[in-house]
Amino acid sequence: MRIELTFINKLGRVVLNFFEAAGKLGIFCGETVYHCVTPPFYLKSLGRQLIEIGFYSLPVVALTTLFSGMVIALQTYTGFAQLSAEGAVAMVVLVAVTRELAPVMAGLMVAGRIGAAMAAEIGTMRVTEQIDALSTLSVNPFKYLIAPRVLAGVLMLPVLVFIGDIIGICGGYMIGVYKLDFNATTYLMNTWQYLKPMDIISGLTKAAVFGFIITLLGCYNGFQSKGGAQGVGQATTNAVVSASILILIFNYILTEIFFNV
Amino acid sequence: MAFFGRKEKPVVPKIRMEKVCKAFGKKHVLQDLDLTVNTGESLVIIGGSGTGKSVTLKCILGLLKADSGQIEIDGQDMAKLSRREREKVLTQFGMLFQNAALFDSLTVWENVAFSLIQNKKMNRKEARKIAVKKLAQVGLGRDVADVYPADLSGGMRKRVGLARAIATDPAVIFFDEPTTGLDPIMSDVINELIVKTVKELGATALTITHDMNSARKIADRIAMLYEGKIIWIGTVKELDKTKNPYVRQFVAGSASGPIQMEVKVPQ
Repeated sequence: MRIELTFINKLGRVVLNFFEAAGKLGIFCGETVYHCVTPPFYLKSLGRQLIEIGFYSLPVVALTTLFSGMVIALQTYTGFAQLSAEGAVAMVVLVAVTRELAPVMAGLMVAGRIGAAMAAEIGTMRVTEQIDALSTLSVNPFKYLIAPRVLAGVLMLPVLVFIGDIIGICGGYMIGVYKLDFNATTYLMNTWQYLKPMDIISGLTKAAVFGFIITLLGCYNGFQSKGGAQGVGQATTNAVVSASILILIFNYILTEIFFNV
Repeated sequence: MAFFGRKEKPVVPKIRMEKVCKAFGKKHVLQDLDLTVNTGESLVIIGGSGTGKSVTLKCILGLLKADSGQIEIDGQDMAKLSRREREKVLTQFGMLFQNAALFDSLTVWENVAFSLIQNKKMNRKEARKIAVKKLAQVGLGRDVADVYPADLSGGMRKRVGLARAIATDPAVIFFDEPTTGLDPIMSDVINELIVKTVKELGATALTITHDMNSARKIADRIAMLYEGKIIWIGTVKELDKTKNPYVRQFVAGSASGPIQMEVKVPQ
C-alpha cells in the first residue's frame, strides 16, 4: 500500500511539474509575442542579433549542409544503382536537402550555437541582477532582451536555410559530377526539372518555426535560471536539449501538415 | 456657502506598505508588513540576513508581486494601476544594487547613460556629457568612462552603480546593501556619497543594510525588520535609547539575545 502511494505521489508530482513548466513556458511565449509586436522597438539590439544569428552562424550552417548534400548524393547512388535508377540522385538530393536536411541541420547547429549562448548570457544577467536593473531603469527586459532575439531568430533562420539549400545542392552536384561521373548538364537539368516551390517554402517555414523555438527556449531558460554558475550551466544545457528535441518533433508535425500523404 | 475654515491637506507619504505578505512556497518572508516612507526622508531598514529586506524592496519596485496587502506610491495603489501607469510611476525610482548589477556588455558611460539613451531618446553625445558629469559627482574621472565594468574594482563598480541610479535625477533612490563587500574606508566613502547625492537631489531614500555604521550615517529614521515585520522604527537617537531587546541585540551585534540564529553545533 505504502509503496503504491509513494509511486502515485511521485507520478502526480511529475505530471504537475510538467504542466507547471508548460504553463510557464506558454505564458512566457505569449508575453514574448506581445512584446515583439508592440512598440517601443529596440532596433539596435535587433540589428546586433540579426548579425550574430545570421552572419556568424553562416560558416557552421554552410559546412553542415554541404556535407549533408554530399553524403546524400553518395548514399542514394549506392542504393539506387542497384535498381538502375541512378538518374534519381539529383532529385533525391534536392528533396532531401530542401525539405529536411537544411532546415533540421541548420536548426540543430544554431540551437547549439545560439540557443546556448542566449541562455548563458541571459542567465548570467539574471543571477547578477542585471535583468532587475533593466526594470528599475524603466526598460522592459522582454522588449530589450527577448523580443529582438526571438525576432532575429525567426527572420534569420529562413535566410540561413535558403543559403544552406543552395550549398547542400551544390554539395550533391560536386559528388554527382566529380565522383560519380554524371554529366554536369544532365544533373543540373534534373535538379531544375524537379525543383518545386513547395519544397523550398516548406523548408523555409520550418526554419522560421525552428528559429522561434531556439531563441524562445534559449531566452526562457536563461530568464528562469537561478543559483549562480551552476544554475546558468543547467539553463544552457536545458536550452539546447529542449530546443533540439522540439525541433525534431515540430519537424515531423510540420512535414505532416505540408505533405499530408 | 459658509466657509468653515481650511482643512489641512493630509500629507501623502511617498511609499506606504500595508499588511504586505509574501511567501516563497512554505516560507513566509513578509508577514503583514507595514511601512511608511515620507517624502524627502532617508529611511534605513536594518535586519539580519534572510529577514526579507531585499524582498521588501523588490515588492515596492514590482520585481516581485506581493501575495496580499497594499503598496501605495504617492497615494496610488500600485496593484490598481495598469502596466503602463505602473511603469510610469516607477520611472521616478533609481536603485543601487548590492553588486552594482552593471551591464557588462556596455562601457561605464553607456551604463550610466542607459536610461537617458533608451527612455529619454537623448543623442549619444549629450548623454555621454551627462554621464561624465554624474561620474564626476561620485568621484570618478573621465578615464573610467570608456572601460568595461569587468575592469573595475568593487568600490568603483558601486560608484558607477550609484552614478547610474542618479543619472535621471530620480525622486526616490533605493540602496540595496550599499557597503557590503567593501573595506571600511571605501564603505565610508560610499556612505558619504549617498548622503551627498540624496541631499543634492532632494530625493527620498530607502536603504537596506546590516551595516550599523552605514545605517547611522545615512538614516533619518531606522526601521528594524524581523521575521517579516517591522518591529521597531525610530530616529538614530532613539535607537541608542531603545529598550527593545531585538534592536539592542542587533545594534550590539551579539549572538546571545532574543534573536536566535539556527546554527548547528557539532556534538
